[in-house]
Amino acid sequence: MSDFRRALVSRWAPLLFAMALWAQSAQGHIHKGEAIGFLSGVRHPVSGLDHVLAMIAVGLWGAQLGAPAIWVLPVAFPMVMALGGMMGLLGIPLPGVEYGIAASMILLGAAVLFELRPPLAIAAVIVGFFAIFHGHAHGTELPPGQSGLLYSMGFVMATGCLHGVGISIGLVHRWTWGQMFLRFAGAFIASASVFFLWRAVA
Amino acid sequence: MKRAWSCLKSRVAMFATPLLLFAICPAPAQAHLNSTNMGPIYDGLLHFLLSPEDLVAVVALALFVGLRGPAYGRRALFLLPGCWFLGCLIGTLATHGVAFPIAALSFLIFGGLVAANAQISLRATSLLAALLGLLHGYLNGAGMRWSASVLVAYLGLVTGVFVLVALVAAFVIRLRPPWARIAVRVAGSWIVASGLLLLGWAARRG
Repeated sequence: MSDFRRALVSRWAPLLFAMALWAQSAQGHIHKGEAIGFLSGVRHPVSGLDHVLAMIAVGLWGAQLGAPAIWVLPVAFPMVMALGGMMGLLGIPLPGVEYGIAASMILLGAAVLFELRPPLAIAAVIVGFFAIFHGHAHGTELPPGQSGLLYSMGFVMATGCLHGVGISIGLVHRWTWGQMFLRFAGAFIASASVFFLWRAVA
Repeated sequence: MKRAWSCLKSRVAMFATPLLLFAICPAPAQAHLNSTNMGPIYDGLLHFLLSPEDLVAVVALALFVGLRGPAYGRRALFLLPGCWFLGCLIGTLATHGVAFPIAALSFLIFGGLVAANAQISLRATSLLAALLGLLHGYLNGAGMRWSASVLVAYLGLVTGVFVLVALVAAFVIRLRPPWARIAVRVAGSWIVASGLLLLGWAARRG
């Protein structure tokens, strides 16, 4: 065993052992439905494939563009998306939300497919524009009796984690085969969007 | 042989220590969360830990002062709990609640500062931290009735604030790799997004 591994085991094994023994008692909920609000918020973005694919496309595109887009896009997106969600909550109508979401998939998928490299500001505006549609469509569907704040936090965090998934997949961009793989992924997302567009029209 | 023996001894010590700790410190059973049955200080602490409106606001401030450095962290560490306690006292004396969603405002301001990695002065940060403590403390105290145990509960509550600021700010101050600091900024943008949605919920209810 190397010195490093020995140090790792001798440092962490007692702690892990103590944690395994130290079973905490189960905790009930302070208000009924509050904790469920968080879980339904987390579940909501990952339940619709159109949203999932678009969020992953944002991450993939960010990874292709490299710094600073790789982090500007995931920082900008949740804020603008929440703005869209707030518009929905305030009852401000946004016509053609489903079309907007399908169009976002086509455009983002195409951006990944062709590895488009617009200036950062334009990329941020494109992503931000579509973020409003995603927020408006998905941010407002709170099941009754659940905490709005926890639902929102779950929703935002799950969306952020989907960006993280996209960025993590996008890290293969450093290899030649990875660049090809990302382009295929972009093509897949763009073609999947046709299905969603068809569903929105039908 | 001697080496094997000392190795065995160290292994035994490694697992005996947690076992002993486990034996002498059993986890307390928690029947209800509103009352911990462990006295007001724990009730206050638990109230803080179970209020996401307060928790996230404190985390946002701690992330921000962590990004700005140790001087900011030290200032917030003592100023925020102090003002929070004061706010609790004022809230208990006052009879009016606050209709405006203060938490949403805190999320927007502090989350925005974190996301933008804003370079603001120590004095401005102190002012914002004091306001945060006073307003959230006021909201905590507004529903309470005067009693000695309530005062102790406030102490428990602000202890939670103190510990949370200390842990989060110290964690962020130590972060050196650029990607880790960017992750903190992403967390800030998530807080802003939650604040925007919270504002929307409040408007819909109101």
